[in-house]
Amino acid sequence: MSKTKKTETVAGTLTFVLIICLVCAALVSVAAVGLKPLQTANKLLDKQTKILEASNILAIALKPENIKVAGSEDKSIVSTYEKYVVAKMIDLDSGAFIDGDVNAFDERSAARDVTQSIKPKNDIAGINRRANSAVVYLVNNEQGQLTTIVLPILGMGLWDLMYGFVGLEADLNTVSSVIYSDLKETPGLGAEVLNPKWKALWPGKKMFNEQGDIAIKIVKGGAKKGDIHGVDALSGATLTSNGVEHTLHFWLGDEGYGPFISKFKDGGLD
Amino acid sequence: MSSDTKKVLFGPVVDNNPIALQVLGVCSALAVTSSMENALVMSLAVMLVTAFSNLFISIIRNQIPSSVRIIVQMAIIASLVIVVDQVLKAFSYQLSKELSVFIGLIITNCIVMGRAEAFAMKEKPGVSFLDGIGNGLGYGAVLMVVAFFRELFGFGTLFGVEIFQLTQNGGWYQGNGLLVLPFSSFFIIGLIIWAIRQWKPEQVEKD
Repeated sequence: MSKTKKTETVAGTLTFVLIICLVCAALVSVAAVGLKPLQTANKLLDKQTKILEASNILAIALKPENIKVAGSEDKSIVSTYEKYVVAKMIDLDSGAFIDGDVNAFDERSAARDVTQSIKPKNDIAGINRRANSAVVYLVNNEQGQLTTIVLPILGMGLWDLMYGFVGLEADLNTVSSVIYSDLKETPGLGAEVLNPKWKALWPGKKMFNEQGDIAIKIVKGGAKKGDIHGVDALSGATLTSNGVEHTLHFWLGDEGYGPFISKFKDGGLD
Repeated sequence: MSSDTKKVLFGPVVDNNPIALQVLGVCSALAVTSSMENALVMSLAVMLVTAFSNLFISIIRNQIPSSVRIIVQMAIIASLVIVVDQVLKAFSYQLSKELSVFIGLIITNCIVMGRAEAFAMKEKPGVSFLDGIGNGLGYGAVLMVVAFFRELFGFGTLFGVEIFQLTQNGGWYQGNGLLVLPFSSFFIIGLIIWAIRQWKPEQVEKD
């Protein structure tokens, strides 16, 4: 290396660093801005897939006759979603529908914003802050009748918050599914909440008992046969299993979708 | 292909493996090896970042002021990693969700920094680029071997395809819970290093 490098002076070093910063910044910005539309589309598709899965109609989207061109499963998912699903914003405290841009609403950023969220009094799910509003998904059948309502949920697992959806049939009591979309649980143990065999235990279970209290529970060692409120716990994942139970109890309760559910049952909504 | 190029490109796979001999980049090798698919994507990402950071650093190696050279290298590596992360998010959303933080952590992967500082600062761009690819291959080779054992014996699958049916899915194979957890890679990497040194005793350090 020659000793007379121009960039070894203070001014030279500063100029060099400045140029490197500008070039790198330009590179990163071009990548971020250029790929943004694709990334947003991916995110939306992922969410729509989960909602279809939670309402048990993902199979319709993936039927061979609905996939016009090979490899266009994505398009079929979007069109199925648009055909059957209506997203609505609700106010969690009153349980009433409110106006709002359902596409722009981001639960996670709303929960971070103190003006748009509260600290739950009885935070059994360990979520710390809860957004004031939520987006619920009303899923209709071919005849336009409401079949399923999909509610987004989140709650602490073993390591971190687990995000997912719970699908309830139109009586808002019978479970159609519990689907997790985003979690950091231990693979092979807690992450078995994603195992299709475990997910298959949920459909048909009842969230509430005859008195209207939340009765759904996760049973260690396996639920008794015919237990309409009990779901087998995951072996080796007690804390994740507890997390799922607490999450459901929180979100079905008064500080979760409780007001919305009772309003809906009374027919107080259109 | 001349023997020199061959040495630069394939040397790091066994003779001068970044993980097994240089013992760099072990941290990410623990984290992303629970499945073959993750390991493959991670290997490709590291290979691309190492190759291009080597290339760019080598091009400007005579201009980089020595007082700030590490920071300049970091800036270039970090930019490349962000680009890789953005591309993954755009074209392979599911994988980017699973690999999430580990892609970002390529920035701190010692292999990338190590090759930039030890090789690209001295050599011409072409051969530096090949050195990056070679070290990526070496890193990837170890990752794939570790992931093979972890996924097969931990989950009974390879690339997500069922090989042994697990008991929780009604089969006969009880997954090995140890291999599911990241630290099990220490054992496998240790065994790989032992095997390589048994085969090539010249890699053994003298006391």
